[in-house]
Amino acid sequence: MTKGRVVGINGNMVTVEVAGDVTMNEVAYVSCAGKKLKSEVIRIRGRLAEMQVFEMSRGIGVGDEVEFTAELLSVRLGPGLLAQVYDGLQNPLPELAAQCGFFLERGVYLSPLDEKKEWPFTPTASPGDTVTAGDALGTVPEGIFSHRIMVPFQFREPLRIERIVPVGAYRILDTIAELSDEKGGRFPVTMTFTWPVKRPVTCYRERLRPADPMVTQIRIIDTFIPVARGGTYCIPGPFGAGKTVLQQVTSRNADVDIVIIAACGERAGEVVETLREFPKLADPRTGRMLMERTIIICNTSSMPVAAREASVYTAITLAEYYRQMGLHILLLADSTSRWAQALREMSGRLEEIPGEEAFPAYLESVIAGFYERAGLVRLRDRSTGSITIGGTVSPAGGNFDEPVTQSTLKVVGAFHGLSRERSDARKYPAIHPLESWSKYPGLIHAAGTEYARDILFRGNEVGQMMKVVGEEGTALEDYELYLKSEFIDSVYLQQDSYDPVDAAVPTERQRHVFRLLFKVLASRFDFGSKEMARFFFNQLRQKFLDYNGAPWQSDDFRRYEDEILSFLETKRSGEDEEGDRILKELGGVTAGGAS
Amino acid sequence: MKKIYSRIEAIAGNVITVHAGGVRNGELAVVSSAGRSSLAEVIRLHKEKVSLQVFAGSRGISTGDRVRFLGHPMRVSFSADLLGRIFDGGGKPRDHGPELDENMIEIGGPAVNPAQRIIPRNMIRTNIPMIDLFNSLVESQKLPVFSVSGEPYNPLLARIALQAEVDLIILGGMGLKHDDYLFFRETLEKGGALNRTVFFIHTASDPIVECLLVPDIALAVAEGFALQGRKVLVLLSDMTNFADALKEIAITMEQVPSNRGYPGDLYSQLAARYEKAVDFSGAGSITILGVTTMPGDDVTHPVPDNTGYITEGQYYLKNGRIEPFGSLSRLKQLVNNQTRGDHRALMDSMITLYAAYKESLEKKAMGFKMTDWDRKLLKYGVIFEREMMDLSVNIPLETALDNGWRILASCFSPEETRLRSELLHKYWPSREGETD
Repeated sequence: MTKGRVVGINGNMVTVEVAGDVTMNEVAYVSCAGKKLKSEVIRIRGRLAEMQVFEMSRGIGVGDEVEFTAELLSVRLGPGLLAQVYDGLQNPLPELAAQCGFFLERGVYLSPLDEKKEWPFTPTASPGDTVTAGDALGTVPEGIFSHRIMVPFQFREPLRIERIVPVGAYRILDTIAELSDEKGGRFPVTMTFTWPVKRPVTCYRERLRPADPMVTQIRIIDTFIPVARGGTYCIPGPFGAGKTVLQQVTSRNADVDIVIIAACGERAGEVVETLREFPKLADPRTGRMLMERTIIICNTSSMPVAAREASVYTAITLAEYYRQMGLHILLLADSTSRWAQALREMSGRLEEIPGEEAFPAYLESVIAGFYERAGLVRLRDRSTGSITIGGTVSPAGGNFDEPVTQSTLKVVGAFHGLSRERSDARKYPAIHPLESWSKYPGLIHAAGTEYARDILFRGNEVGQMMKVVGEEGTALEDYELYLKSEFIDSVYLQQDSYDPVDAAVPTERQRHVFRLLFKVLASRFDFGSKEMARFFFNQLRQKFLDYNGAPWQSDDFRRYEDEILSFLETKRSGEDEEGDRILKELGGVTAGGAS
Repeated sequence: MKKIYSRIEAIAGNVITVHAGGVRNGELAVVSSAGRSSLAEVIRLHKEKVSLQVFAGSRGISTGDRVRFLGHPMRVSFSADLLGRIFDGGGKPRDHGPELDENMIEIGGPAVNPAQRIIPRNMIRTNIPMIDLFNSLVESQKLPVFSVSGEPYNPLLARIALQAEVDLIILGGMGLKHDDYLFFRETLEKGGALNRTVFFIHTASDPIVECLLVPDIALAVAEGFALQGRKVLVLLSDMTNFADALKEIAITMEQVPSNRGYPGDLYSQLAARYEKAVDFSGAGSITILGVTTMPGDDVTHPVPDNTGYITEGQYYLKNGRIEPFGSLSRLKQLVNNQTRGDHRALMDSMITLYAAYKESLEKKAMGFKMTDWDRKLLKYGVIFEREMMDLSVNIPLETALDNGWRILASCFSPEETRLRSELLHKYWPSREGETD
């Protein structure tokens, strides 16, 4: 084992003089006042290794001993990860609290998985079978999932199963199989193994292009700026615009198997809400508790900065592990800017030549490398699994021109930009409908959403104009366009997060409601005056909002729909040609809730 | 056993460098010369070369001064004896009282385990309608007052401190004008709160390094009391001075600046302090109310910008009033459903109408035609600003709610308020007793 001695300390960066070989990104422990502090090698120059310490560096002195482990920064994989709350280095926080009390004591590292718990194991492979990295040896039930016990990802060569244990209860460290290679080497395998966090797991047959939408039950997202399973998206926004709320809502409603929340350098209070509420909230899809399909990785803003960077990698590695089981995972990272800032701090201490706003020059490639770990893959057993990444960005001053936002925009498939203006106007979600974009197919026929977006765009222009010339100076036709765009905004783009029905709108309902909305948009009206036009749309809006609050296909729902349709007829004079054609493609609307 | 080093090799800004062995990161030392001595903290080590930040500044330090390492990091005495006392940023008394050296605790301790936090649930009443009614302050919240310099933010803090239902007040002053310091002392003394207050004061003329210590020392003491089960309110004025001190030191240390000269770790530095706000499960709590002056009323300036991302909302002080727009208490939803049935609805309705008033005001200024509705709004806006927004209004929440109904009734008909019928039925004032 290589050893070394501390020769310099600057903030959380320690310079170590090493006797022997060191590996880049190797984990080492600095001995300080009887504690061993975890650190990672980030630069090597001659016999000097520079390391970032994942803990407070106070009290470290020149001459302190350092032990190198020859292992890269890794996470422990195995059954029992779900429902856990970890810090960035996969320390289980509740267990840490039980041992150390209120504060995060440094130098205490606990096992991430319960080593005493017995899991009922059922083998799916037999002695004599040839297996390789990622192939299933058996399964154990974990919550609602069948957790595959896999050949550790390190074994890239074909191996023969010499022995495998029968059905029974085993602990994660018990040997459940023995594998052998051609040269006669024998490898005992347990239910758990480690994997370096910065190395993507690639034990799959091929990567596929993300195509199916990941439904979030937020109308503006699913209809206008959709996210695909296996895709990536980012949510930049100034403070107070509701990034975290949006992430919390998504973590509850998204149509995926497992949600991993990486709270990276943000407020502890926000994690606490998830932490305390998820164990009590029922998952609408399975009826079980939400926590059972959630993992929280939490490195809040006051926790050591170096571990912030590790936390997003820890999260993505856990996601990749579950993806290997043919599951769909959503990784929510809040916020990637804090992680980029952690890179910046370290880059400054390394005295690297700074790039824009002092961020390191490699910021872009690091961000790209992270988002590229998302994706839809076909596994070797032909099943598919996916990782979707949604990252928030906290741009300085709310200005999207800064390096982190720009680097992120280059690599993601969808952009959900939050606007201060909309959040100040208490519009939820505050996603800007015109500035945001998505490259993925959505729930609704693209021609329909394009038509609606066009009205939004032109209506917005009229709105801007009206600020200058006043209502008096606007033509009735333009005014109608403006009212239509406001109508889309208030009845479709916005949702009432406190209303149990409107807060989450499933696919079927979104398609249905969009057709009704579209019928309004494609209609031509005969108002006669602006007062009449405004009055009409006010009334229609009120009816539509009531309709949004009525449970799907309830009596109220049908009644409101009929009311809207008949009210619409009172002023309708015909329809737009193109709109009518698209409406037919969408399926049209008839009275009585049928479509 | 502790050696004395008498050869200072370099002095730059407030940082000195000596050659010494066996020194630990963060350790304290005493730098003394004839007639004066100052504490200093180790901030960088390279082999035998030790860089120290001198609390009292490097002015007058000679290369021949003696440096004695103390073998421990910065500490502060913690006991009930602190109450009613006034200290400087280095923990030395500035009230001619005795020095305290019992039960020394380290400052800048580790973060609280998120698993040990609880969801905040208690409102702190301040008797300021703009806070209690519209942006309730919640126990364990961290909230800055965003303000242009010249606004009465210190009187506002002092008033909240006096009226808030908390057990203890800890005031951390950074770069405080001496007059402001005296103002705080006199106000709290007059209000009879001095014996439950601890002051850590760095005034504008004190050495800059001590400014950096104030939040840590104040929060370490707060943490001590909170762990004893006390509800502590920490006032920090002004955090922009703290950030500027960070900037000054970072630049002296030749760090690469990131944004307008501020160091790249400004966010982490501020967060490490604000995140000390906590409600311990099974013990007391720390609530932090800070002041962040915004240079040039620019909310995108790095200090208010980073602060906004860290804190749970902000009070936006402008023209001597807490602005309803721009102000936000992220935690108010957790408490304002437990106060009175009409609290949330009335809050939303009054703000919506006030926003409409602003629009009408703009229309009027641009010379557009005023409708009846506009005229009602214009009347409402004036009364709202006088009876709700004026900082001299000092009434409990319930009175503020009653006043709110009275104001609405004096300007609008019930259905114009868009409030639900059941609330209107219960709270809408009868015609008599109506004021104008």
